[in-house]
Amino acid sequence: FRIMAGKVKWVTDIEKSVLINNFEKRGWIQVAENEDWNFYWMSVQTIRNVFSVETGYRLSDDQIVNHFPNHYELTRKDLMVKNIKRYRKELEKEGSPLAEKDENGKYIYLDFVPVTFMLPADYNLFVEEFRKNPSSTWIMKPCGKAQGKGIFLINKLSQIKKWSRDSKTSSFVSQSSKEAYVISLYINNPLLIGGKKFDLRLYVLVSTYRPLRCYMYKLGFCRFCTVKYTPSTSELDNMFVHLTNVAIQKHGDDYNHIHGGKWTVSNLRLYLESTRGKEVTNKLFDEIHWIIVQSLKAVAPVMNNDKHCFECYGYDIIIDDKLKPWLIEVNASPSLTSSTANDRILKYNLINDTLNIAVPNGEIPDCKWNKSPPKEVLGNYEVLYDEEMAQSDGQDRDLRGRPGQSTGAKGSRARDSGKPVLTTWK
Amino acid sequence: AMLDPDRGLSLTIARVVQRLQGSSLHSQLERQARVSLHKPEIKLESLKEDIKDFLKTSGWEKKLQNAVYSELNVFPSPCHPAAPPEHIKEPLAYMRKAQGSWEKRILKSLNSMSTELNIPLAQKRPVNEQKELLNKWNEMGTDEPNLSLFRPVYAPKDFLEVLMNLRNPNYENGEQPSFRNHLGLIQVPLKVKDIPELKEDFSELGLNIGQLGIDDSAQVPPEFFENEHVRVGQKVLAEQDSAAAQQYVRQGCPTALRADLWALILNISNQPEDILYYEQLKSNVIQHDLLVDSLIYKDVKLTASNDDYYFVFEDYLYQVLLCFSRDTSVLEHFTYSSATPPKSYIRGKLGMEEYAVFYPPNVNYNSFILSVAPLCFLYHEPSKLYQIFREMYVRFFFRLHSISSHPSGIVSLCLLFETLLQTHLPQLFYHLREIGAQPLRISFKWMVRAFSGYLATDQLLLLWDRILGYNSLEILA
Repeated sequence: FRIMAGKVKWVTDIEKSVLINNFEKRGWIQVAENEDWNFYWMSVQTIRNVFSVETGYRLSDDQIVNHFPNHYELTRKDLMVKNIKRYRKELEKEGSPLAEKDENGKYIYLDFVPVTFMLPADYNLFVEEFRKNPSSTWIMKPCGKAQGKGIFLINKLSQIKKWSRDSKTSSFVSQSSKEAYVISLYINNPLLIGGKKFDLRLYVLVSTYRPLRCYMYKLGFCRFCTVKYTPSTSELDNMFVHLTNVAIQKHGDDYNHIHGGKWTVSNLRLYLESTRGKEVTNKLFDEIHWIIVQSLKAVAPVMNNDKHCFECYGYDIIIDDKLKPWLIEVNASPSLTSSTANDRILKYNLINDTLNIAVPNGEIPDCKWNKSPPKEVLGNYEVLYDEEMAQSDGQDRDLRGRPGQSTGAKGSRARDSGKPVLTTWK
Repeated sequence: AMLDPDRGLSLTIARVVQRLQGSSLHSQLERQARVSLHKPEIKLESLKEDIKDFLKTSGWEKKLQNAVYSELNVFPSPCHPAAPPEHIKEPLAYMRKAQGSWEKRILKSLNSMSTELNIPLAQKRPVNEQKELLNKWNEMGTDEPNLSLFRPVYAPKDFLEVLMNLRNPNYENGEQPSFRNHLGLIQVPLKVKDIPELKEDFSELGLNIGQLGIDDSAQVPPEFFENEHVRVGQKVLAEQDSAAAQQYVRQGCPTALRADLWALILNISNQPEDILYYEQLKSNVIQHDLLVDSLIYKDVKLTASNDDYYFVFEDYLYQVLLCFSRDTSVLEHFTYSSATPPKSYIRGKLGMEEYAVFYPPNVNYNSFILSVAPLCFLYHEPSKLYQIFREMYVRFFFRLHSISSHPSGIVSLCLLFETLLQTHLPQLFYHLREIGAQPLRISFKWMVRAFSGYLATDQLLLLWDRILGYNSLEILA
């Protein structure tokens, strides 16, 4: 029978104060990994072990973990793109209006990931695309790394010679996934503010993939590069100009430890509304919500929807100068390091609100619960998409009419762009 | 002798005409009138009337109205024609004297800094330096000149000390401070408004009138106030009516309309000649190096670069402030400001007027910087940003840095604050005083910066909406 009394026993292999302080403030008890635990906030290496064929073990009903077993379907750069491409093709096949294309063959509603190829597998396809626009810049990213490691920009085929499958000089023997790269069209017209490039970090909590239920954290932030942006080819090697990762920017001469080069999303909203108008700003934020939900829908069919799991993702989004948002990548383990005081507060609250949703009432969990928390515990999260609700009351339950939210427009907003979006959210 | 109203009116009209004559608006109106002669509806027999009608329907009359309105807003009503110019700057002699001493102190400090550091107040830049500066005009923030030897010329508390020591020599108050007297730091008998008067003057801020920032929150359905208010705002913009805009913003601006509404109220239209003027200022900056430039750099680095909201706009701040310190059109406001600009000459050109450089008297740019920064949220085109800031400065912000008896001047604001607090929250006032925390010492720095850097930007902009709407800084108190 279920254990009703007793405190939650927690384990973590990520020694971050924003986590530990949250566990302690709930009066939870720290235990070791090999003991009976209820809640394990684990690194991505550990989740691999838990669910692996050799070393894995069954989780019991009163155990919750913070990753889905195959989260990498979303969080590895190559698999994310693969899943989105597959999703789009499926929609196209079933004749869904979502998969509509324009006269140039580009998806109207689902073109939110920059053109991407896997290397070395798609090398020839990439070359074909590259030759269509020889003056364009491309960004090379190792599939399995984070924090901006190993990323570089190229504008000449010769710079990626060694990924060519036919290359005679290729000592590139290993096809193991560790050395795989993705190459994406570089967005060289990012929206600049104060002349500087930035990207958006948004937190999204998924409690279940089937039915899809996800929440967006209202307090995301913009990460600015410390150096003025220039698309000039002479600065392609200057990572301070191009990569917004704090791990990189932190080492620049101008890095400031008070604000950390970060802006709140509400500042961004104020700036855009004031300089561009309310409609285009609302449209931008709507699109951002849209692409997040679409990315989750794309991986939902292949996700192992293990009921012991929830996950808090860090979404990286870039806005171009036409106010179009692009999904760059999704992080399974968004950094819990705090670079500034504001940062610490934000991340502390993020974990707090996440735990309130994932572990109801702070009590020993039962993974069979319906994963439908009451509105009051959401904190700074708001419902991004609830598939069950959407199906049951026949209208989209995205971001309309939410009280107390500060990021979206309130009240009902008719989407008058002619998109068949309303009907297809169901 | 009192000025009779008709005489006052005709003086005002004369002054406005004189200021607008020869302005670009004037030549545009003339050109429009001439062009209209080709139109079929203009008939020779009713020429004057027809042209007037044309100017009305084409919106040019409105532009003229806006310009007149702007003049009236900015320049004070004329006093007696026999009054000397310094009375227009500041009617009270002791205030003028205090401002003069303060300015001398600042100039002395600047001069000694100049001598100590062996840097002239103004000098021509060598050609290679000019080129370099031009190249990095858009990213001066990345520069790291050695600023360790520069120190701000004064801190806000120094200014507060000066204000505290102001005394009217004709007013003897031998009584000990008590509840019947003023317990605060400001000890000059200026007239400030009380709550009933303020309620009347600021009637649009009454509880029964909708306000943006309160009545548009997420819990309130937009049909209640917000939608209609936005609709009215759009109409005001369509009509391009300055006076209506000024009335409208008293209830707050919708974020999407604010930039245009403020530009309308301040009568800024960013004409080609305005852009050209800005470019000229920019070239002045390139060609000449001023000592105060380093002070500006230092202050930006200390304030805006460390600010969560404004660090993004650091480079714009240099572009605006460096130009501002060379803008001679700002000199005009000295006719109605109690301050007088210190004058310096480019090194080696002493006494030659064309090489004279004027300084805004407040060389503690601390206060300036944060009054430019919030504007960066509204305007991203440098010349427009510049003009808006300049206009805000010559209408409002200069009063925060000079000693005068004007109701929007910092002295009056301090006194208004203290009086209101003492009248309505006497226990709090007394308690703070007892624990050695005179309330003004806390609130002074908020007021002197018009709350910039202390309020979140969206709140700050709502506050500044009302400053523009009421053409007064009293709301800060």
